[in-house]
Amino acid sequence: MTAEKTPVRVFLVDDHALFRAGVRAELDSITDEVDVVGEAGSVGEAVVGINHVKPDVVLLDVHMPEGGGAEVLRQVRTTLPDVVFLALSVSDAAEDVIAVIRAGARGYVTKTISSQELVRAVVRVSDGDAVFSPRLAGFVLDAFADRPGAAPISDPELDLLTPRERDVLRLLARGYAYKEIASELFISVKTVETHVSSVLRKTQLSNRYELSRWASDRRLV
Amino acid sequence: MDSAPQPAATKPTPKPAHAPEPVRRRRGNRVVAGVAGGVADHLGVEVFWVRAVFAALTALNGIGIVAYGLLWLFVPQRAADTPEPTAKPQERQQALGLVALGIGAAVVSGLLTGPVSGWIVGPLAVALVGAAVVWREADEAQRRRWRDGAKSGLVGTGRAGVVRVLSGVALVAIGIGVLLISSYGIDQLRFALLAVVATLGGAAVLTVPLWIKLINDLGEERRVRIRTEERAEIAAHLHDSVLQTLALIQKQSEHPREVKRLARGQERQLRDWLYGRSVDESDRPTTLSAAVAKASGEVEDQFALAVQQVVVGDCDLDHNLLALVQAAREAMVNAAKHAGVAEISVYGEVEPERVAVFVRDRGKGFDPELVPEDRHGLADSIRGRMDRHGGEVRLRTTPGEGTEVQLYMPRKTSGAAGARSTEAGT
Repeated sequence: MTAEKTPVRVFLVDDHALFRAGVRAELDSITDEVDVVGEAGSVGEAVVGINHVKPDVVLLDVHMPEGGGAEVLRQVRTTLPDVVFLALSVSDAAEDVIAVIRAGARGYVTKTISSQELVRAVVRVSDGDAVFSPRLAGFVLDAFADRPGAAPISDPELDLLTPRERDVLRLLARGYAYKEIASELFISVKTVETHVSSVLRKTQLSNRYELSRWASDRRLV
Repeated sequence: MDSAPQPAATKPTPKPAHAPEPVRRRRGNRVVAGVAGGVADHLGVEVFWVRAVFAALTALNGIGIVAYGLLWLFVPQRAADTPEPTAKPQERQQALGLVALGIGAAVVSGLLTGPVSGWIVGPLAVALVGAAVVWREADEAQRRRWRDGAKSGLVGTGRAGVVRVLSGVALVAIGIGVLLISSYGIDQLRFALLAVVATLGGAAVLTVPLWIKLINDLGEERRVRIRTEERAEIAAHLHDSVLQTLALIQKQSEHPREVKRLARGQERQLRDWLYGRSVDESDRPTTLSAAVAKASGEVEDQFALAVQQVVVGDCDLDHNLLALVQAAREAMVNAAKHAGVAEISVYGEVEPERVAVFVRDRGKGFDPELVPEDRHGLADSIRGRMDRHGGEVRLRTTPGEGTEVQLYMPRKTSGAAGARSTEAGT
């Protein structure tokens, strides 16, 4: 990883100052791999700050006033395509999380994640990989589930997960690390990463999820 | 003459021993509007005597009626939840008798004293009865409003209420109409009616802005009240849960485990409340995901560790799936007790033919061969339970690398639609 040479420059976006301070303190104290270079507490501040600082990775809160993380993504992605976003949230609502992923975030972790894991996730997205927490893996599996009411499959390339991708997602949801998935499925870690990236791409581009019974409606038919 | 005052019901009320309360009209036990009863309660005398006085006054040119009407107007009703004594039937009859007596006396005195002659009094009486009906209905509407909280309306609800109000209005109109016709003749009446209608119409048009403002203010007021109530509810909830937990956490700050347990428990509770999931049924979840969430929560609370749980798809909980969840809970408990970890992963998936639950930890692991004979957890609580319900258990464990208990339970085909039933159509 890029770690030894230059630390990953991280920008924090969260409307809770207390939470920002906590993350910043933890990241600063436990590792040199990441360097918090700025923070913002609102969508407007974030857009200005990110454009100014040009960080490597933005840690983005899903829920904020004025449109939330998705709005930040919308405003920054076009001008700064190289900045990578990692969603960080306490949200349990599948549609919120998926919305941020669809807007371009490369992963989603919950705020209860340990600091070490957060560092690992940041480094990983900065390397171009996707980061799927077990919960996100569950949401995506749900989104692509073949159930009554789901959108018809218009593009099999995008709208269906391959059996292998499904296996990888299931193991992710079961709490397996990439290395463990690789040995479980007798594939290389690199291949696992490829599958995860491909799932991320499908999640961002497919319309499959839109008619799935999300959230409120995610339960029984 | 007409309606006599009469109040209602009966029953000697308990004497107000000390400071008399302000006069309040009775809600129950009333014959007309509860005025007499209220006065009786206030004075601490038998309601019979109050009624008798009203009846007697009525005989004097109807003063009793006027007094009764004024009291009706200006004395508020009692709050809806005040307990009211119940009336005996004969007291009610007695009251009705007094009403009749009062009316009779008024008529007689009217005839004798001349100035108020019968043909005026008749229609007037009809009009007064109509007014009494409408007023009474207004009392009812108010009572209903008290009962139903925010709902409002002039007339209250129900067809019966509308009918009563309409017939009351009709009575008033007929009474006044007859009175006017007999005094002035049809032609003049028509003219008068036109004049009245025109005046009313003009007044209505002129005051439109006033009405609109009134209605808007009412709506605004209601919105504000609803918002305030919501705020109060949220505040109450936060106080009962979050603030209490924060206080506990401050006290326990020396014990990180305890703090963590409190925080996790509170987080779960708040989340359930915010996202309104599953959880008032905290006693008995009805879906698989809710049951898994509940079991995870219990284990978290009991052992002060984090259970990361993900469920894909969902279905109704049946007998077999309940056993599955119980087995999964047992697996979590085992992991919590023996693995020595701070986090357990639970993953459930509802497939068309079966439901799978995986409970995984990254802890010590163990050698299944070496488990002492007297340990029943895995053998009985998990394997036995799954076998009895037609399920299957697989175990993967390596010393030093953790344990995964894999539980599979076939679904009954008739079972509720699962997340992924393959047929699209039903």
